Amino acid sequence: MPTLNIELLESKLKENFNEKILSTDKDADMFSIVVTKEALHDVVQFLKEDAYFNFHYLTTLGGLHYPDSPFPFGLMVQLHNMPENSRIRIKAFTGDHEPTFQTLTNLWPAANWMEREAYDFFGFRFTGHHDLRRILNMDSLEGWPLRKEYPLEDPFRKDKDDKMFGR
Amino acid sequence: MTKNQQVTNPTNTALQEKDYTILNLGPTHPATHGIFQNVMKMDGELIVSAEPTIGYIHRAFEKLAERRPFYQITPITDRMNYCSSPINNMGWHMTVEKLAGIEIPKRVQYLRVIIMELARISDHIICNSVIGVDSGAMTGFLYIFQWREFIYEIYEELCGARLTTNIGRIGGLERDFNEKAWEKIHYFLKEFPAGLKEFENLLVRNRIFMDRTIKCGPISAERALAYSFSGPNLRAAGVDYDVRVMNPYSSYEEFSFTIPIGTNGDTYDRFMVRQREMWESLSIIQQAIDKVNALEDKTSFHGNVPEFFLPPKEEVYNSMEALIWHFKIVMGETTIPKGEVYHCVEGGNGELGFYLVSDGGRTPYRLHFRRPCYIYYQAYPENGERFYVE
Repeated sequence: MPTLNIELLESKLKENFNEKILSTDKDADMFSIVVTKEALHDVVQFLKEDAYFNFHYLTTLGGLHYPDSPFPFGLMVQLHNMPENSRIRIKAFTGDHEPTFQTLTNLWPAANWMEREAYDFFGFRFTGHHDLRRILNMDSLEGWPLRKEYPLEDPFRKDKDDKMFGR
Repeated sequence: MTKNQQVTNPTNTALQEKDYTILNLGPTHPATHGIFQNVMKMDGELIVSAEPTIGYIHRAFEKLAERRPFYQITPITDRMNYCSSPINNMGWHMTVEKLAGIEIPKRVQYLRVIIMELARISDHIICNSVIGVDSGAMTGFLYIFQWREFIYEIYEELCGARLTTNIGRIGGLERDFNEKAWEKIHYFLKEFPAGLKEFENLLVRNRIFMDRTIKCGPISAERALAYSFSGPNLRAAGVDYDVRVMNPYSSYEEFSFTIPIGTNGDTYDRFMVRQREMWESLSIIQQAIDKVNALEDKTSFHGNVPEFFLPPKEEVYNSMEALIWHFKIVMGETTIPKGEVYHCVEGGNGELGFYLVSDGGRTPYRLHFRRPCYIYYQAYPENGERFYVE
C-alpha cells in the first residue's frame, strides 16, 4: 500500500509556514506536528486542499489540558488521507485561559459537533462557529469538566477520603 | 416575538412564518432506539427541518477514564456500544498493547478475530432487523433474533457475560475457548447461514420494504466524507474504506474478504452493506478457525506479559509473588511507557478510535474516544429534511 512521503511533507510545511511549525515528530505512531495556535486553521486548510497531500478526511478533534505547562491548553486534530492511507496529527497549544481557536467548520461540516464537544468539555471558543453551545452536558452546568482542575466527584463530600487512589 | 430574536428552545419558534407544526419526538428511553430528542418542524407530513438534541445519557467516560487504571477501563468501553461490546474491548486492549509494545501470539489474534466478527454479526443483526421493525416488518426481527441470542450464549461460554462482556484482557484473553464454546461456534457456522438467508428472503426483495427504504435518507460520497462518515454508512455511499483493510490489526491482513459497497447511500444500501458484511464475517470466522487449527501452538491464550496479564487464580492463592502481581495489576501499579497513541478498529458502526495520552502514571493522562455514531449523527438534520413522517 502506498504511503505518503513524510520528508517531502515536512519540507513543504516548513517552506510554507516556516516558523509557525514548532516541532515535528516522525517517530510517533503517526506523523505529528505542533503548530502555533494562529496557524492551525491555515495549516489544516493547506493539508486538506493540497492536491498531493490531500488530507481530505477529518478523523477526530479533541482538547488537551496540561496544567503544569506554560501553554496548558491544546487542540488535537487528526486528519486522514484515505487513498494513500496516511494519517497526520496536528496540535496547537495556547497559554490563554480562555482559549480561542479558528473554527474548522468551514472546511468540514463534521467539525461542528467535535468543536461543540471541545467547547463543552474544555471551554474552547471557536471563532466563526455558527452554533457554539454545550452538546453533551446540561446547559446549566458550570465549569469545563475535562479540565484537570474539575473534580470527578462532588467536592463537598466529607465522608470519603480519596487521597490514596486519586490521580 | 420578532423574527430575528434568538430563541434557545425551538418549540417556541412555532407558527413564525407559516402554519408549521412542531413535533417533539422524544427524548426516548435508552432501551428504545434513538436516545435523543428530535424537534421537527413539519409542513403536514413533510419534515421541513429536524433538530436533534443529544447527550441525555452522556456518562463522562473520558473523565472517568482519567481516574481508572488501564485494567479497569475495559468495562467502560463495553458501555459505549453494547450491541458489539467485544469489539470495543478488543480495541481498548490493542491500544494499550500498542502503547506498551506488547507482542500477542498469533493464536490469540485469531481467537480475537473470531470474537470480533461474532460481535459484528450480532451488531448488524440488531441494526438490520430493527430497520425491518421500523418499516413495518416484525417477522424478520423475531426470526433472526434467536441468532443474536445464540451469539450471546457463545459469549457466555467465553467470558461469562452476555451484553457488557468485558471480554479479553490486556495481553490476551482471560481464558482459552472451552469445548462448549467451540461446539457452539461450529453449530453457529453450520446453522446461521440458513437463518440469515431466511431473513434476507423476507426483506431484501420485499416490495413494501424496498418502497420504504430505497431513496430514504440518501447521502453522496462527498457529503459522507465531509461529515466524516465511516463504517457501513460510508461504504453504502460508495467509499470502500474499511479499517480492517486499511490499517490491519490483529492479523486481519491474512484474511481474504471483500468490502461490500453501495451506490446511493440510502437506507436500503446501508441495509444491504450490513447484510453482505454478515456473510463476509462468517467467512472470516471460518478462515480464523482454520488458521487456529493449522497452528502448532494449541494452548496459548495470552502473551508473555506478567506486568499486565493477571496470574492464574491457583497461583494467586498459593504464592506470594503472584498475589503481589495480582494487586499491582488491578491497582494499576505496573509501569507503562509515556507517550501518545491512536489506535482504531472497525467497530460495528464505523471507525472506533482510541486516542490515548500516557504520562507513565497509573491511569491514562487523557483518553479520547472517536465515536463513529456521534460524528455521523451530525448529518441527521441534512439527511432528514424533505422527507415524510410515516
